[in-house]
Amino acid sequence: MSEINFDEMTSKQMLEYLVAKNMEDARQAKAKGGLVCWSSSIAPCEFCEAMGIYTVYPENHVVGIAARGGAPELLAHAERKGYSNDICGYARVNLAYMDVQKCISEEMPLPDLVLLCNNICETLLKWYENIAHTLNIPLLIVDVPYNHESEVTEENVAYVEAQFKRIIEQLEDITNRPFDYDKFEEVMKIASQNAKDWYDATALCSAVPSPLSGFDMFNYMALIVCMRGKAECGITFRKLKAELEEKAANKICGLKGAEEQHRIMWDGIACWPYLSHTYKVLKNHGVNMVGSTYPSAWALMYTPGDLNGMARAYTSMGNNLSLKGQIDLRESIIRDTKCGGVIMHMNRSCKMCDFLQHEIGEAVTSDMRVPITTFDGDQADPRNYSKAQYETRIEALVEMMNEQKREGGDQ
Amino acid sequence: MLTLGIDIGSASSKAVIMGDGKELVATAVVQAGTGTSGPKRVTAEIFERSGVLPEQISATIATGYGRYGVDMADGQISEITCHAKGVHFLFPAARTILDIGGQDAKAISINENGRVLSFFMNEKCAAGTGRFLEVMARILEIPLSEMGDWDRKSEHPAVVSSTCTVFAESDVISQLSNGARREDVIRGVHNSVISRAMALLYRTHMEPAFVFTGGVAQNSGVVDSLRRELRQEVLVSPQAQLTGAIGAALLAQEKADQKGV
Repeated sequence: MSEINFDEMTSKQMLEYLVAKNMEDARQAKAKGGLVCWSSSIAPCEFCEAMGIYTVYPENHVVGIAARGGAPELLAHAERKGYSNDICGYARVNLAYMDVQKCISEEMPLPDLVLLCNNICETLLKWYENIAHTLNIPLLIVDVPYNHESEVTEENVAYVEAQFKRIIEQLEDITNRPFDYDKFEEVMKIASQNAKDWYDATALCSAVPSPLSGFDMFNYMALIVCMRGKAECGITFRKLKAELEEKAANKICGLKGAEEQHRIMWDGIACWPYLSHTYKVLKNHGVNMVGSTYPSAWALMYTPGDLNGMARAYTSMGNNLSLKGQIDLRESIIRDTKCGGVIMHMNRSCKMCDFLQHEIGEAVTSDMRVPITTFDGDQADPRNYSKAQYETRIEALVEMMNEQKREGGDQ
Repeated sequence: MLTLGIDIGSASSKAVIMGDGKELVATAVVQAGTGTSGPKRVTAEIFERSGVLPEQISATIATGYGRYGVDMADGQISEITCHAKGVHFLFPAARTILDIGGQDAKAISINENGRVLSFFMNEKCAAGTGRFLEVMARILEIPLSEMGDWDRKSEHPAVVSSTCTVFAESDVISQLSNGARREDVIRGVHNSVISRAMALLYRTHMEPAFVFTGGVAQNSGVVDSLRRELRQEVLVSPQAQLTGAIGAALLAQEKADQKGV
């Protein structure tokens, strides 16, 4: 790290360097007898970071595998073991990887403990339980109740805070060391600042034209997932923000080689096995994806030192909101980023996303008169996607947006 | 001014020549879709049948699954927009469209100008589409074109799964081997297609008038099933299969007008 001068690097170079380094550090730590944790993507990283436990992220690891076309053999392995193809593709690929420890992407060291937070998904509970059972390692759970009402209740926050305290005890047992509260507070500061830097940079999508394509944002997401507890993460996003501000001042669009004619919100996880196709079809129609729920997903801001505030942040994140909360979130994204249409990824892997989309779509159409299209796909399993279906539906959406523009808004 | 609309679907190719965006000059249908000789044959046939020369056509728009394979097209427009346009031309009062083609089904809400307000399409599965009916017709050993006549004879309709074509196929085989009457199974097959389509329709505004288009709308059994389910009149044009091509020809007219041809 000492030989690396971040000042001379672009945010993209930093992103590539840091994501690779994070995995390499974990591999080296494992080789030297250090502890490695597998964690879900929006679980509190602060605890393991404070105790010097190297954390890597199966979801992000599967993204790398799926985007490089390496998912099918691992999916086949998981299905041969009895996992149904109705189960989340991230889970299937990761569970297969745990078995074979070989993939097209970076090698990820096996864990000594696993940490999950079900604020994003319930499949995680069984997925991680299977890992812990198979490898006979500790399973750390942060069980976050779903927010059925519009307000996050004090009971829910207190319940999550109590579990944080339990995790501290568990980590003391696992490491055989007292919990490092000083380091913990320092990490809380860093994580909270990183969350703000991530949000500030990605919020620049609201500029017209947007200097950032949502597909590039998908790539930067690797850093906020994997290194939210490390200072380099925030340095990168502050650099990204400066780069985007300069582009915005010069009216440079985030679509490479195309003009921004339409702005849309993408609802759901990326279709990683076909990331390039989904991007190019949009780009060919001058469509810039500027709206997404991802910027706010990691905007986990709280006062450092305040465990209760931290519990509230992890409980209140977007995926864990009531239907009304989900609708309000989308409508504010559409307004803030000035979107003229919505694409909903009917992701076979994520029932949580799909079940909400019909209702959300109906509400958004009725409240905002924004045209919507859906397409079938998957975050990891390429079998669930059809290029022709995607192309037709995007064309129809663009035609609807054109008609709406021609008529000067809706009726 | 003459314009040409070509709709290359998965199961058939359709072409329409229109005059001044107002009258149907000629139509042609070839029961072979994209990836076959269908697109070439339908183009040759429409010129031969109408006596119109290709150079007399001011603009051509292609639509359908195979829209990018039509060399002579001046542009491509999705079948959703083309169907809306075509239906609005045939039935200006139409507000809700059900279109079932060879391998897809769509429900479309349109406004009084024929503009698409929303659309919903089938998932990555051909159950409940024309291909589904073709498979069933083969098992039942009845030509597709006679399914409607058989449907009318049904007194005790069977219940046929709409979940999946493969499941429905074994369902039909087992019902036939258990002695079910063919007309009752056929009615069950038609109801099965509509039960799937209703899941799409219920997501639209469900505003009348309802129009049914696409090749499957030529099957009176499926149309009757839709009428029973909606408890409403359903408009079906004799040109039901040509709606997309008509819309494409109308959009070609708009394109030619914009260019000032």
